[in-house]
Amino acid sequence: MSLTLSEVMRIAALARIAVTPQEAEAVQAQLNGIFGLLEKINAVDTSGVEPMYHARDVTLRLRDDEVTEPDRRAAFQAVAPQVEAGLYLVPKVIE
Amino acid sequence: MIDASISELAAALAARRISSVELTRLFLDRIAGPGAPLNAFIAVDPERSLAQARAADGRIAAGAAGPLTGIPIAHKDIFVAEGWPSTCASRMLANFVSPYDAHVIERFNAAGAVILGKTNMDEFAMGSSSEASWYGAVRNPWDTGRVPGGSSGGSAAAVAARLAPAATGTDTGGSIRQPAALCGVCGLKPTYGVVSRYGMIAFASSLDQGGPFARSAADLAALMNVMAGFDPRDSTSLERPAEDYARELERPLAGLRVGVPSEYFGAGLAADVAAAVEGAIEALERLGAEVVDVHLPNAGLSVPAYYVIAPAEASSNLSRYDGVRYGYRATEYDGLIDMYRRTRAEGFGPEVKRRILVGTYVLSHGYYDAYYLKAQKIRRLIARDFAEAFKGCDAIVGPTTPSVAFRLGEKVDDPVQMYLNDIYTVAANLAGLPALSIPCGFAGGMPVGLQLVGDYFAEARLLGIAHRFQQATDWHRRTPQSFA
Repeated sequence: MSLTLSEVMRIAALARIAVTPQEAEAVQAQLNGIFGLLEKINAVDTSGVEPMYHARDVTLRLRDDEVTEPDRRAAFQAVAPQVEAGLYLVPKVIE
Repeated sequence: MIDASISELAAALAARRISSVELTRLFLDRIAGPGAPLNAFIAVDPERSLAQARAADGRIAAGAAGPLTGIPIAHKDIFVAEGWPSTCASRMLANFVSPYDAHVIERFNAAGAVILGKTNMDEFAMGSSSEASWYGAVRNPWDTGRVPGGSSGGSAAAVAARLAPAATGTDTGGSIRQPAALCGVCGLKPTYGVVSRYGMIAFASSLDQGGPFARSAADLAALMNVMAGFDPRDSTSLERPAEDYARELERPLAGLRVGVPSEYFGAGLAADVAAAVEGAIEALERLGAEVVDVHLPNAGLSVPAYYVIAPAEASSNLSRYDGVRYGYRATEYDGLIDMYRRTRAEGFGPEVKRRILVGTYVLSHGYYDAYYLKAQKIRRLIARDFAEAFKGCDAIVGPTTPSVAFRLGEKVDDPVQMYLNDIYTVAANLAGLPALSIPCGFAGGMPVGLQLVGDYFAEARLLGIAHRFQQATDWHRRTPQSFA
C-alpha cells in the first residue's frame, strides 16, 4: 500500500491538522514507511478470533444516577483560551 | 542519603536524623545543580514541595507517618496535579495548570509523599527517546550524548542520577521499562487496570498503565502499595482487594520456572546485550530457578499491531485538543475549522501529528476492519501465546531492549527505526500483563535491562524474583560517575 499526496491531505483534513503542501511530501514518505511496517498484519489468518478490547475482558460498570461532582466551573474555565459569562467562546459559525 | 532506599529514608525520617524539608531541599538542589544539564524536569516548585515537606514533618512528629510520608517523589508530567503545570511535554498544554489531581497523585498526597517536580518526557508519551519534547531532549546520565529512552525518560534519568529517590511513569508500549533499562534503574508496568488512569493524560487508553521507577525492586513494591487501587472514575480500573506488593520479596527462587523465549534472542539483539542478559539468567539459575524454553510464535506481530492500535486510540483521544476548553489556541485563523486546524498544527509536534494521521487513516471509512479490528484480533493471538507459555513457566525473562541507549538525534528522523526499539516491550501492553525491567549488566559502559513478564496480577512474584536477584548482584547499585 502506498498513500498518495491527495490521500495525505484528506487524512490531515479529517484529523483537523493544517498541513502545508511543502510538509505533505515529507509526511507522505514517513507515513508510507510506517505503513510498510504495519502491512505485516495483513498476512495473518485471524478467522474465528475475537478482537480483544480489554486485557481482562471486563464489562463497563454502571453507577447510580446521582449528582456526584461539585460545581467547579470557574476553576475549569480559568484554563480556557477564551470565555465570557461562563461560556466558551469560539469563532462565529452562523452569519 | 542520595543512595538510600525508601525504607532507609523512612527510617531516617522516623529517627529524626533528617527532616522531610531537608531531604526535599537536598534533591531540589541536585535537580538545579548537577542535574540541570540532563533536562529531566519540566517543572519544579520549591515552595509547593517544601510546604508538603513541612506537613509531612508534622505528620511524622505526630506519629502518624506511613512508609512514604516525607519521601520526595518525581512525577512524569503526564499526571495532572492541582496547581502544577501539567503539560505532557506539549506546546498544546504548555500553559495548562491543572485544576485537579490524578488518582495516582491523590494516593501519594494521602500517603504524605512530597511532589518533587514534574519530569520531562516524549510529547503525549509518544516516543522511545524523550527527544520529542516541547521542552527539549532529556539526556542519559551515563552519557549525556545519548538518549535516556522514553517516553518516561525524565523520570528514569532523575532516578539514575539521584535527583529523586523514586518517580512515576506510564507505559503504553514500553515507556517505563525501556527508559529504566537504558538508564540502569528499575521500572514496573503493572497489569492493565491495576493503577487508575484518572488524571493520567490519555494516549492509547486500552494500553496506558501507570507505574513506578526506583533503584530497587523493594522500593518498587513500596511505591505500588500506594499507587495501585480501584478507582471508579476510570472505567477500566479493576475492582480487587488491596494487596501487599512486598509480600513475596523474601520468597526463595527454588522451584521457580523462568521461561526463555527464543523469539527474544534472534536477529536484531545486540551481542553485548544478549551476553549481559544470559549472564543474568545464569544468576537466576544459581539462585535455584529452573530455566525452560518457551515460545511466543506471534512475537513478530506485536510491533505492527501496536502501531495500529496505539495511533488509532491516540487519534481519538487527542481530538479533545481543539483550542476551546483548555490549552493552546492559534493566534491567527479564519473561522472555526481553521482555528482547529491551525491550533493542532502549531500545538502538536511532528511525532504526535504523524501518529494522529496514522490513527485517523486506520479508523477511516473502509479501513477500520483491515487495520484496527485486525490488530485487535492479533492482540488476542499474542495474549494466547502468553497464556500458553505460562502453562510451563512462572515468569518470562529476556532483554528489555535490543540495544543500549542510542545517541541523541540518531533515530529522530526515522520513525520506523524508533518504533523497533519497542520490539520486546509492546507485547506485555497488548496482552495487559505485568512486566518489569531491572539492571543486569553493562555493554560498552551503558546499562542493560533484564525484562521479566508475569501472568496477570503476578506483580508481587516478579518483584520477589527481582529482589532475590538484587540481593545476589549489585548492578542496581551502580551510579553514573558524574552523579555519585
